[in-house]
Amino acid sequence: MPDKYRIKTQPVPSQHPRIGKCGVVDWREDCARCHNCVKKACVFDRYRQEAEYIRGLRDMDAFFFQCMGCFSCVQQCTKGLLALSPNPVYERLGNRYWTPEIIETTWSQAETAKIPVSGAGYRGKFSGPGFVSMWTDMSEIVRPTRDGIHGREYISTAVDIGRKPPLIQFDVDKPTDGLSPFVDIPMPLIIDMMPPAYRLPNLIPIFKAVAVQTGLIMLIDSQDLDTLDNELEQYLPHLAFYLGADAPVPRKELLQKTRLVEISDGDNIDQRIKELKNIQPDMVVAVRVELDSRGVERAIELAHKQIVEVIHLVADINGDQIGVEKPRFIKDMVRQVHNSLVESGIRNEITLMAGGGIALAEHLAKQLICGADLVTINLPLLIALECHLCESCKPGPSCPARIEEIDSKYGVGRMTNLIAAWHDQLIEVMGAMGIREVRRLRGEVGRALFFEELEEATFGKLFGSRKNG
Amino acid sequence: MVKENLPDNTLKTLVPQAEVPRVVKPAPPRYRNEIAKYIIRRSDNCRLCGKCVEVCPQGVHVLKEGYKYFAAPHQHVCIGPSCQVTGHYCVDLCPQKALRMVENPMMKLLGDYRWTADMILATWKMAETGEPPPPEYGYEYECGNSGGGFDRIRFKFPDKPPVELSADEIDTSLELNRRNDGRPPIRIDVPWYGGGMSFGSVSNVTQLSKARAAVAFNTFTCTGEGGYMERLRPYDDHTITQVATGLFGVREETIQRVRIVEFKYAQGAKPGLGGHLLADKVTSAVAKMRETVMGISLFSPFPFHSVYSIEDHKKHMDWIKHINRRALVSAKVSTPIDVDMVAVGIYSAGAHIVHMDGGYGGTGAAPDIAKKNIAMPIEYAIVKVHDFLTREGVRDKVTLIASGGLRNAHDIAKAIALGADGVVVGTAELVALGCVRCSRCESGRGCPRGIATTDAELAEQISVEWGSQRIINLYSAWRKDLVDILRRFGMRNVSGLRGRTDLLMHLDYNNDVEHKK
Repeated sequence: MPDKYRIKTQPVPSQHPRIGKCGVVDWREDCARCHNCVKKACVFDRYRQEAEYIRGLRDMDAFFFQCMGCFSCVQQCTKGLLALSPNPVYERLGNRYWTPEIIETTWSQAETAKIPVSGAGYRGKFSGPGFVSMWTDMSEIVRPTRDGIHGREYISTAVDIGRKPPLIQFDVDKPTDGLSPFVDIPMPLIIDMMPPAYRLPNLIPIFKAVAVQTGLIMLIDSQDLDTLDNELEQYLPHLAFYLGADAPVPRKELLQKTRLVEISDGDNIDQRIKELKNIQPDMVVAVRVELDSRGVERAIELAHKQIVEVIHLVADINGDQIGVEKPRFIKDMVRQVHNSLVESGIRNEITLMAGGGIALAEHLAKQLICGADLVTINLPLLIALECHLCESCKPGPSCPARIEEIDSKYGVGRMTNLIAAWHDQLIEVMGAMGIREVRRLRGEVGRALFFEELEEATFGKLFGSRKNG
Repeated sequence: MVKENLPDNTLKTLVPQAEVPRVVKPAPPRYRNEIAKYIIRRSDNCRLCGKCVEVCPQGVHVLKEGYKYFAAPHQHVCIGPSCQVTGHYCVDLCPQKALRMVENPMMKLLGDYRWTADMILATWKMAETGEPPPPEYGYEYECGNSGGGFDRIRFKFPDKPPVELSADEIDTSLELNRRNDGRPPIRIDVPWYGGGMSFGSVSNVTQLSKARAAVAFNTFTCTGEGGYMERLRPYDDHTITQVATGLFGVREETIQRVRIVEFKYAQGAKPGLGGHLLADKVTSAVAKMRETVMGISLFSPFPFHSVYSIEDHKKHMDWIKHINRRALVSAKVSTPIDVDMVAVGIYSAGAHIVHMDGGYGGTGAAPDIAKKNIAMPIEYAIVKVHDFLTREGVRDKVTLIASGGLRNAHDIAKAIALGADGVVVGTAELVALGCVRCSRCESGRGCPRGIATTDAELAEQISVEWGSQRIINLYSAWRKDLVDILRRFGMRNVSGLRGRTDLLMHLDYNNDVEHKK
């Protein structure tokens, strides 16, 4: 039996004060000094911790936001002076898509590497835009045929990247045409380049180290190669060069040890792929397709070209279609590409990678169900470094997380922890579905429920047509 | 009346059963400062004239006799600016304009989309008084703010009831045994019973409070999967014992002492995953009850490793039915896309009750990725299963129970109108005991509010008497709400509401379907 894929983790504490959802406001002037709040009411001992925290404070503008929001002190204060207040810093985290909740849970996963667990029921909206409008599904009585009888340790998350022949013909015991090259990685996840607003050159060596430690692959713009050290060659299995439209082809010695290269889409991709394959026939070449108004059609068109092995579909950071007034969401666009390829009978031949808007482990699982073979992520890894996800990266001390100053141990540890937590969650949700292989999760809409479909099938019958179409 | 045809050796409970009167008594909040919807501030302009005390019918302002200054106002009974219409608005009437009223900013932090701050406050009010909250409070407690499901469904009440009925003429009882299989009928007085919460996930005070309320309303509570506490024995006749995948504390005698046994195949909050009790909550008492080791996390397996088919499930049913010759058997399942097939399978294996737990149900601890993200909300599942059982011709031979995010009498009535016979409630009972839904049930020894905890000191915050009364009051208020809904439709029985989707409308739809009546 092959070694089990396991990511080694250890807790990496935060470097900055936690930004919680709420803080406690107290009006000292009428306080009875009874210390009920300190001694009795707060079972989490936050008041004492706050006092210690303030004593050791470096930045005068930092507040203590570790309150768990249980209202016990508010309700037990002798004078009724305490009140919980929403933390405005928390509310300003991220944007409409990358909500404060997403950012907070990413921070805690990066710190502990643990699956987030909580009590009480689901607290959010019934449904919503993007990935919120779908549910993964489970298997009530896990049938042996659905593999669920085996333990989690038998669930495989490995995927292959590359073109697969529709069938293999054998001449006695050897395939007649040989097999096309493919890359296998232990988890359906690739580290993508940062979007332009968040490019920090000092992070590139850290991403590389994370890719090595997790056994995954990072995409690196060929123009950024000089940010890596001289011992580049030993990391080549974990690097995938991205070649922009006019980027020169990297050195031959580098390419010969590279497994995966990504090129930007353009008119001359055939020629570009041939050029690369001439140097290294065993390399897999991916084509990066931006999901703009023509993205979906272009991806389908490319998939029909025999020379294209992998298509990387990229939406904007929020998972939206690029440059259109009413953008579609990435899950729907990928699903359309996937379905079209299924109808054409060529889905199994091509690998689809999808990136943009993958913010949580559940999005990873849901994106695979919608037809991607694997996903690419970037911003979650940045958020793992206690990033607040401002509109764009700010230099030096203006960055609330001081990301330019982080050391490698902290950065690698946090990002590795996050990936490990995602891996565990993927296994958790696959265990619930009774699916043993992540490759079988691809396009498995039988293990998903979609809001629109459920509404139509149940409420449509009862209440007629839905308003606003 | 179905004749009981039981073998002589049929066992029943061996201990005298407790009686709990169904009496509503005030059960005031247990905290010094109640969370109020409105805050009133008094400025230095106040001349202590006492006008505010005089005008406020709610008794918000307190000027005790013999005292010169006002005591802290009873803000939690303030109904806000809505008293302007009745001419009792203290802010306007104060001759010195010394009063100021604002909506409490804390309301933003209380509750969430499903359990809004209004709904939590209204539930507390019901648990305090036993009455639906008076309309002047302006609590929007019938619906949450989740933007879908029950929160967008409304009843189409007629302008005037077709038949005028008094509350006494309306029957809210529910028969749980429809199989006519010689096992005794069990009729509960209200169409709901308490959900399984194990000792370990909640304190034994919480369990006992639930049990006592169940006795008062002639309904049931459920042990959850953490074993059968000895202190629950006087409530055997109103306790459902759960056989879950962890099989903690399941023994022949615990199966034999009850009237209903429930199999937990899955749980709505974490479908596809087993029970989950984190190490800190496994105290020596919990470990003893579960026959495990203190301080070690308990993860129940998923699924039952003895059940991979409906036939295996039938073996399970037969096993329980053999051990307890008078018990009804319920199977609690989650709501995957094929929940309709699962339900029929459960029926055909011999269950009396099919209990579906929808994706938005509560839990003591679950991975966040499982909550919401696995399996469907109960609103869809009820419709699907009710239709399917009807088409299969077995709908009236099985009791369909729904749970997973039912928060009040309106949700209960909607679930029944969508096709369920009755429901199971859980979180609402905890809210009645003072839960604020801070989601910290799993951390450390559990709940800072002393509800979902195994820490003896934390659990001391609640007494069994107070806890029971709060839940009795809540049930009583719900029953009144439910009776009122039935009265407005002129219905004598809650069973008449079942499947009456023609009485519902959905705010996101044009509601242009012709219903067969």
